Amino acid sequence: MSSDAITIPGVQIDERPWVDTLHEWVTTVDHKRLGVMYIVYALLFLVVAGVEALIIRVQLMFPHNHFVSPEVFNRLFTMHGTTMVFFMGMPILFGFANYLVPLMVGARDMAFPRLNAFSFWLSALGGLLLYFSLVGANGLYGAGNAPDVGWWAYAPLTARAFSPGHSTDYWTLALLVSGFGSIGTAINIIATILCMRCPGMKLNRMPLLAWLNLVMSGMVLIAVSPLTAAQMMLLIDRYLGGHFFDTQAGGSAALWMHFFWIFGHPEVYVLIIPCFAFLSEIIPVFSRKPIFGYPVMVAATVCIGFVSMSVWAHHMFTIGMSSYANSFFTITTMAVGVPTGIKIFNWLGTMWGGRIQFKVPMLFSIAFLFQFLIAGLTGIMLGSAAFDSQLSLSYFVVAHFHYTLVGGVVCGVFAAIYYWYPKITGRMLNETLGKWHFWLFVIGFHLTFDLMHFPGLLGMPRRIYTYEPGRGWDTLNLLVSVGAFIQAIAVLLFVANLIISYFKGDKAGNDPWDAWTLEWATSSPPPPYNFASIPVVASRRPLWDLKHPDDPDSRYE
Amino acid sequence: MLMRRMTASKFQAIGQSMVLAFLSTASFAANGPANGTNIFSPASTPARMVTHLSVFVLVITGIIFVVVLALLVYSLIKFRERGGDANREPAQVYGSTQIELAWTIIPILIVVVLFLATARVIHAVQDAPQPPGAIEVTVIGHQYWWEFRYPKLGVVTANELHIPVSDPANSNPTFLTLLSADTDHSFWVPELAGKTDLIPGHPNRMWVDPERTGIFLGQCAQYCGVQHAKMLLRVSVDSPEDFAAWVREQQQPAVQDTSVETGRRVFERNACMNCHAVGGTPANGRFGPDLTHLMTRATIASGAAKNTPENLRLWVQNPSAIKPGSLMPAMQLNDADLDAVVSYMETLR
Repeated sequence: MSSDAITIPGVQIDERPWVDTLHEWVTTVDHKRLGVMYIVYALLFLVVAGVEALIIRVQLMFPHNHFVSPEVFNRLFTMHGTTMVFFMGMPILFGFANYLVPLMVGARDMAFPRLNAFSFWLSALGGLLLYFSLVGANGLYGAGNAPDVGWWAYAPLTARAFSPGHSTDYWTLALLVSGFGSIGTAINIIATILCMRCPGMKLNRMPLLAWLNLVMSGMVLIAVSPLTAAQMMLLIDRYLGGHFFDTQAGGSAALWMHFFWIFGHPEVYVLIIPCFAFLSEIIPVFSRKPIFGYPVMVAATVCIGFVSMSVWAHHMFTIGMSSYANSFFTITTMAVGVPTGIKIFNWLGTMWGGRIQFKVPMLFSIAFLFQFLIAGLTGIMLGSAAFDSQLSLSYFVVAHFHYTLVGGVVCGVFAAIYYWYPKITGRMLNETLGKWHFWLFVIGFHLTFDLMHFPGLLGMPRRIYTYEPGRGWDTLNLLVSVGAFIQAIAVLLFVANLIISYFKGDKAGNDPWDAWTLEWATSSPPPPYNFASIPVVASRRPLWDLKHPDDPDSRYE
Repeated sequence: MLMRRMTASKFQAIGQSMVLAFLSTASFAANGPANGTNIFSPASTPARMVTHLSVFVLVITGIIFVVVLALLVYSLIKFRERGGDANREPAQVYGSTQIELAWTIIPILIVVVLFLATARVIHAVQDAPQPPGAIEVTVIGHQYWWEFRYPKLGVVTANELHIPVSDPANSNPTFLTLLSADTDHSFWVPELAGKTDLIPGHPNRMWVDPERTGIFLGQCAQYCGVQHAKMLLRVSVDSPEDFAAWVREQQQPAVQDTSVETGRRVFERNACMNCHAVGGTPANGRFGPDLTHLMTRATIASGAAKNTPENLRLWVQNPSAIKPGSLMPAMQLNDADLDAVVSYMETLR
């Protein structure tokens, strides 16, 4: 191990002009800086899309409310969904992959550093392009100043007959551009993991985080490509007289749905698998035990990767597919539950017999487990095509996927930030503020998304800007909105914690959690070259071997 | 404002709705006296089959939930860090093939059971043959209203679907053919059946056989544009006699009342007749709802407002006041013409 060698102080000179610093960040090809930029950029969009969600919830507090107009409401939910999936979820997870994968496999950088920078800037500019629609989309001519077609952008609503002006074009181009960025990053992660591992790190000794990001990147390659193709077809329809999706001229609306969801469902796993990866690193460390069933965890992830490619049409159970198609997609959807269940059981097996430390990263991981369990079970309900004919397109679905994406992905990301912030900045996040953040967020989350299932069961469709009184939806919606504001307060505390701890947090040291993977072997923050000398590993937990020379893992693997 | 809205009855309402939802998950016998939009109080075979299935799925997922939650809570309490053992690492366990096999095989068996139960209902609902005497209705989704055509009966109406109640002994279902004139829509009346989309160029089919008479509510479930929220649906399930009487009434051409001749001329001289049809007159537009028997409907603007003279007047003058984003233009009539045309419409029984 080379950890002791890396105590070289930074050569930073305080009086350096800010332009130089900015120039360094803009032109950097360092995987850690790009990772941090991905994360900061995603957190900014988290706040933007969160504010959009709050406006939506104010509008839905009361029946027949007039807080925003229907046009504005439709733009809000479109922008909220698009932003959260493409410009918050994907970038923040790519950010962590960028930062952690080279460190954890003992490499000095990603395989293609300049492609890495290119991909980041494509994604970043994609997000800006989406929001540039606010000024660029002919809003002044009454044609709408932001996309309002929903984040699925179902045909034929995107045809020029129904979507004049340029708002849909900005949506399309934003996804097209950021899609190229995603593909570039996915190639980079795969190449890094396959080619850049340090001596001794065989595939079956890789940290699970690297394995899961490998699967995730493979899925990005397969899933984002059809989306990119569909965006081009849509542009051809809108400007070159094509008729792929133009139903007025014989095009097919269902074709778009297939293109979109063959991207859209794997996308859900692209978002959740990196969070599985965080849990697979965090739970062992705070249970003081190795991950239970490492080979099974890898196999289950690969299995999820493959099976999730065959489930997309469960988003389309109401479009009138044949009973055979509906049955097929029911069984594949439910089948994904098996490897996912295996993962949950393995995390429980890791905790079983351990010595569980309730630090903030672990708290968020436990919340993830609990919430993801419920999300998985409501997913089974939605996967049953017949039951889905009632649940689909209702608030039950909205509750389900927010359970997955907020209860799952966002909690997983919070866990990861609390866990790796000391490595990234060299300072600990404040534990007290962190616990306030955790409890407020979890209470707000459950108030909002537990109750949100019920209006769906009582017949409330999604994407309506207002609703009729007297259907049992009123009070539920009010409480859902209250919960949203509690979550917003929790996120404010979190942002405050990020900023305060950056300047005043306790010094972290190299290895604050007494952990076992390679990133904790170098200094915090790591030097630009990561490791003074490339480490050599003999087991899945190199730092365990180092700390317990009498009883190393390498003896058992 | 907020305080006034938060009255005791509100809390009762949430209590009721939550208890209702919970109760009906536990027992599928929940039959509220009034018809609402609760998916757990079915009043028609397709909805009832789905409810039965959903209770089965809820019970199984509920058992899984309780078992896994118990394991989680037990391990959090039992294996939490205590004061004494701060420096001692627990036994390092790497896995167990037997346990892994157990929690792979048991979920597979559960999935197979759930799949078979689902496939049975999918087949029974989707592949049900159409009996010869079934009522046929063509439903056409428009931005933001519903057109209902009864091809065998020669009836055209809008927004309020009339169908006969189905006698359980002698089933008399209604089969709906679902089409769209513009964007995607979805026909959802939760207490009668699950939803089915209306997609342009992609005709769909669904059926209902209501068990009791009454008004059943629903609305468009697939986002279709600005006024997706106010594309409401009312289904009136009538006794066979009432339904026959309603059909006879709807088959008649419009009432010709000479006392509202002025209003009729306003209607036919302005753009009204480009979009609206009135049977037996030159007005035969099809872009908007058929108005031949407008006054037999309880609502206007696809359920957005009650069908009263004041609302009709407001609707003709400025539809955005009721339904912003509606495709009906504001007619900008002077007061005399407006009164006349509203009087004319009030005679269209």
